[in-house]
Amino acid sequence: MSGPNKSYDPVQVTPLNAESVEAMVADALDAFAAATSVAELKQARAAHAADRSPVALANREIGALPPQARKDAGARIGQARARINQALNDREAEISADELARVLVEERVDVTLPVELAPVGAVHPITALMDKMSDVFVGMGWEVAEGPELESEWLNFDALNFIPDHPARTMQDTLFADPADGGIVLRTHTSPVQIRSLLDRELPVYVVCPGKVYRADEFDATHLPVFHQIEGLCVDKGINMGHLRGTLDAFARAMFGDVRTRMRPNYFPFTEPSAEVDLECFVCHGASVGDPANPCRTCNSEGWIEWGGCGIVNPRVLQAVGIDPDVYSGFAFGMGVDRALMSRNNNADLRDTVEGDVRFSRSLVGTAR
Amino acid sequence: MRAPLSWLRDYAALPGDLTGHDLGQALIRAGLEVETVESAGADVTGPLVVGRVLEFAEEPQKNGKTIRWCRVDVGPEHNDTSGSRGIVCGASNFSVDDLVVVALPGAVLPGGFAIAARKTYGHVSDGMICSAKELGLGDDHAGIMVLSDDLAPGASGYDVLHLRDEVLDIAVTPDRGYCWSMRGLARESAQALGVTFADPVDRPVPAASTAGYPVSLESDAGPLFVTVTVTGIDPGRPSPRWMQRRLQLAGMRPISLAVDITNYVMLETGQPIHAYDADRLSGPIVVRKAQPGEKIVTLDGVTRECDPDDLLITDDSGPIGLAGVMGGASTELSADTTTVVIEAAYFDPLTIARTSRRHKLSTEASKRFERGVDPAAGYAAAHRVADLLVELAGGTVVPDETICGAMPTIPTQQIDTELPSRVLGLPVPADQVVDLLEAIGVQVTREGDELRLLPPTWRPDLRDPYDYVEEVGRLIGLENIPTVVPKAPPGRGLTKSQRLRRAVNYAVAGAGFVEVISFPFAAESELDRLGIPADDPRRQLVRLANPLSETSPYLRTTLLPGLLAAVARNTSRSNDDLALFESGLVFLGNREWRPAPRPGVSQRPSEEELAAINAALPRQPRMLGAVLSGHWLPARAFAPAQPVTWQHAVALVEVAARAVGLSVVRRPAQQAPWHPGRCAEIVIAGTDTVIGYAGELHPSVCKAFGVPARTSAAEINLDLLIEAAPDRGDVADISTFPVAKEDVALIVDSDVAAEDVRQALVRGAGPLLESVRLFDVYVGEQIGEGKKSLAYALRFRAPDRTLTDADAGDARDAAVAAAAEATGAVQRTE
Repeated sequence: MSGPNKSYDPVQVTPLNAESVEAMVADALDAFAAATSVAELKQARAAHAADRSPVALANREIGALPPQARKDAGARIGQARARINQALNDREAEISADELARVLVEERVDVTLPVELAPVGAVHPITALMDKMSDVFVGMGWEVAEGPELESEWLNFDALNFIPDHPARTMQDTLFADPADGGIVLRTHTSPVQIRSLLDRELPVYVVCPGKVYRADEFDATHLPVFHQIEGLCVDKGINMGHLRGTLDAFARAMFGDVRTRMRPNYFPFTEPSAEVDLECFVCHGASVGDPANPCRTCNSEGWIEWGGCGIVNPRVLQAVGIDPDVYSGFAFGMGVDRALMSRNNNADLRDTVEGDVRFSRSLVGTAR
Repeated sequence: MRAPLSWLRDYAALPGDLTGHDLGQALIRAGLEVETVESAGADVTGPLVVGRVLEFAEEPQKNGKTIRWCRVDVGPEHNDTSGSRGIVCGASNFSVDDLVVVALPGAVLPGGFAIAARKTYGHVSDGMICSAKELGLGDDHAGIMVLSDDLAPGASGYDVLHLRDEVLDIAVTPDRGYCWSMRGLARESAQALGVTFADPVDRPVPAASTAGYPVSLESDAGPLFVTVTVTGIDPGRPSPRWMQRRLQLAGMRPISLAVDITNYVMLETGQPIHAYDADRLSGPIVVRKAQPGEKIVTLDGVTRECDPDDLLITDDSGPIGLAGVMGGASTELSADTTTVVIEAAYFDPLTIARTSRRHKLSTEASKRFERGVDPAAGYAAAHRVADLLVELAGGTVVPDETICGAMPTIPTQQIDTELPSRVLGLPVPADQVVDLLEAIGVQVTREGDELRLLPPTWRPDLRDPYDYVEEVGRLIGLENIPTVVPKAPPGRGLTKSQRLRRAVNYAVAGAGFVEVISFPFAAESELDRLGIPADDPRRQLVRLANPLSETSPYLRTTLLPGLLAAVARNTSRSNDDLALFESGLVFLGNREWRPAPRPGVSQRPSEEELAAINAALPRQPRMLGAVLSGHWLPARAFAPAQPVTWQHAVALVEVAARAVGLSVVRRPAQQAPWHPGRCAEIVIAGTDTVIGYAGELHPSVCKAFGVPARTSAAEINLDLLIEAAPDRGDVADISTFPVAKEDVALIVDSDVAAEDVRQALVRGAGPLLESVRLFDVYVGEQIGEGKKSLAYALRFRAPDRTLTDADAGDARDAAVAAAAEATGAVQRTE
């Protein structure tokens, strides 16, 4: 940098006059405007705003001016540099905005391309449905009870008032563990879990028992030798058939919407009175009955769907687990989960549930519940 | 039980316009399981009439057949101007003047077979002479039906043949033995519709008499035995058409008049009847238990060895009947039987049930006896048979009859009048209870608030107080009971095990696996194909005594065969990229077998008895299994296909462990059915608990199960995993001081497990270590043969200060030193 100029030459200070400074500013602004990329702007900045730029050089000359001129020149150069920097910043912002806009255009992807981070997994529809059913009861304060699938005959039959050699035993074609007289069977219903609950829990007992059960049955579109049930048991003081009806209605509404149930008397050894429970068709609500023009495939135009069995716990069952039937009474019910899947989710062939075809399990992802 | 509506009408005064469907609905409401209501004969329509064959000419045909060109009088309404019709008939079992059944043009026979006048064998056949089979009246196709009665040509074939009827098919529950009869179903029908009922069992059992065929009862299981003898029957007479038709509609095959009568009366009254050819009986009938080794040839021609608990009907020749189940061949009615001894007995239901089961012989008789027949019906039924033999077979009843033994006593019951209201949740006044029970035949004696009840003889199921409550309920209608939702005490929600099992299921599904459910039946050959050695616990199989299939008589001890079968089934359906899992029980047989005790049911079993029951049950742990094959992800835009590897099987286990709040570590292992070099034993971190295995399957296992090569699998004991899961955890203490990063590369022998190195690093690095991540494995010339380089990124952080370079360096060096000591690792320096 040159030192203070005591004996100045007016010619030397020409660049500091107003016209020259204005020209420097005009040149710089033109150059910035002409730049169309970050690189060009960098060049324009070097030429017009950097240390060796005319305005920077002019600034250095201020010190050489006579003191009375320095103020004016200083102000003029300062303003010029401010205008140039402003213009530079503005242009820089413009150019980077343009560049970003261009990059954003260039980086566009086809968002309709398939994305797969992992294959589509699914819990089995039966599992999902059993969970849903259990949740309905958990929501009412009931608990979920479980037990072994290979079960003692005493729990599966005797304690449930199945008299040995009574025809009721052959109602449920039982699979026996070898030897057949060893007292061990594949449970034919989840009722032994009810017995276990009554043996193990304190009264009152409100439990549901979901699980796998076994019968020496056909294996076809409507029968499975291995299937799933959910049973419920309530033993408390003062329980009657009205409580059973109320519970079944609540269960039906939770699972199927605004539907009613009806009971038809029937026979089970472990309940007395016993009944079959039917569900009002949740699709046609009975409208298809007698209207051949509008058939309902969910209920076969019968208006009702067979749902399960139920009844008042036979006092003999309470006796077998040491509960005084004069003090306590209870109700029990049970229904097939696989059959519920048939009617609720339109499964036409029960074999699908055990064949393991991934298309079957995946078909209800997120909707079975 | 199949019940023709016309038959029920014989005893129940049902409205004339009542349809089978109407009755079915009424019976359903009354608690009978009406499965179907068939319209029998509805598949025959149009003109069907009786015809008389006036003349015929036999005409041999080129095809070797001989047809008859007949003139048949089908009544003035249907005859053509010549007073008859010309019909071609292929059968030859009729003569001139015989009455036959003719389907005229316009008629449609079963199978949609439309009759029209058409040209055949050179004639226009103006109708068809029908066989029984063509009319849906049985299998007899030996020739056309020839009617022997005195009938006028032109009479309705429908009426003459009793063709049309409605048949209710009812699944009778075990408690309602009395509904195995028209008598019982008519009684229910009359009750359901509020009409009168005429009981076909209308003769009370008189006092004992020994005047008829001699009988001696030597067992409590046969307490009552009636015989009536009928002589002089004409064995050549056929059963009347109405009887044959009813038997047929009820699902029985007409055989001969005497046999048909016994079956007809059984269907009518519910009392099984046996008839002996009197000439083939020798000496008195003795009812007794079988002697060891005694044999009988039953009516079906089978020689059966009797059990000492079987009840037998015997005479001097030995056993002549398996009581209540099936008669013997030696005294069977034959084509020349003229004298019949009719047996109507009452047998102990359980004895008959056991015999029926023991001999795997369920008959119309045993079905009824084991459900309990009406002991008061036998005498009337025997006489009904006798009357029909007189009426239809020309027999004569021998006045001397035998009534041996006595009616079993029927226990009374006492209930309090409030019981039905209490159990049903619906107020039923005492008077109404009395009325309802009396309506079903119960004798009610009211004593204040107590009712003393004697059930009718046909209702052995009415035993307990609640049995009567059920009757009151079903007669009132269960739909009238008001509904109340009971208030359960506060519940504790799902148990830990239930919650965590669900968490595992949904986590594994969320990670991309599809749940399947398999049958748990197993074969030893599957274990062979898995290469499972003889001493493996998975060989401790539980066998079924009566398996569904002899090829899979065991219960599974591993989930893998079921999953492999599902893989094979999927690949056969071109679902090739598979990640399947199953959560289910396996069954491990006890080494020492012991039977499960069966204590009584009159009180709670003792704790010892309950413990013995549970101890006898095989262990049934819940397993989580998975099998993967094909691609984890197939080729897709910008990403190559990702074949499944052992890593995906391991990942499943890690996902499951994480879902229950645990981490697991792996050790190389050799375990069937996995690839010996690609199998990891899974251990719960910080314990020695091995929960299972994961890896690639052995190539020969893939081949044996017909699944793609490189199929991978995992199987862990879910119970063990859940048992080890923490009940609660503490949230992390988050340090906000900066992290210090150190990378180290360690050279180890190539057979050193990375997990061992990692554990040593963790141990050596001390508490400042925040995480360690293996980011590179290098094998190559630079480090020499038999070596590998493992590069780890270590992150250190202190809870209370910023770490200095020296802090981090010291910790790193300590980690490396520990790795060196444990695994011989050498830090790579270049």
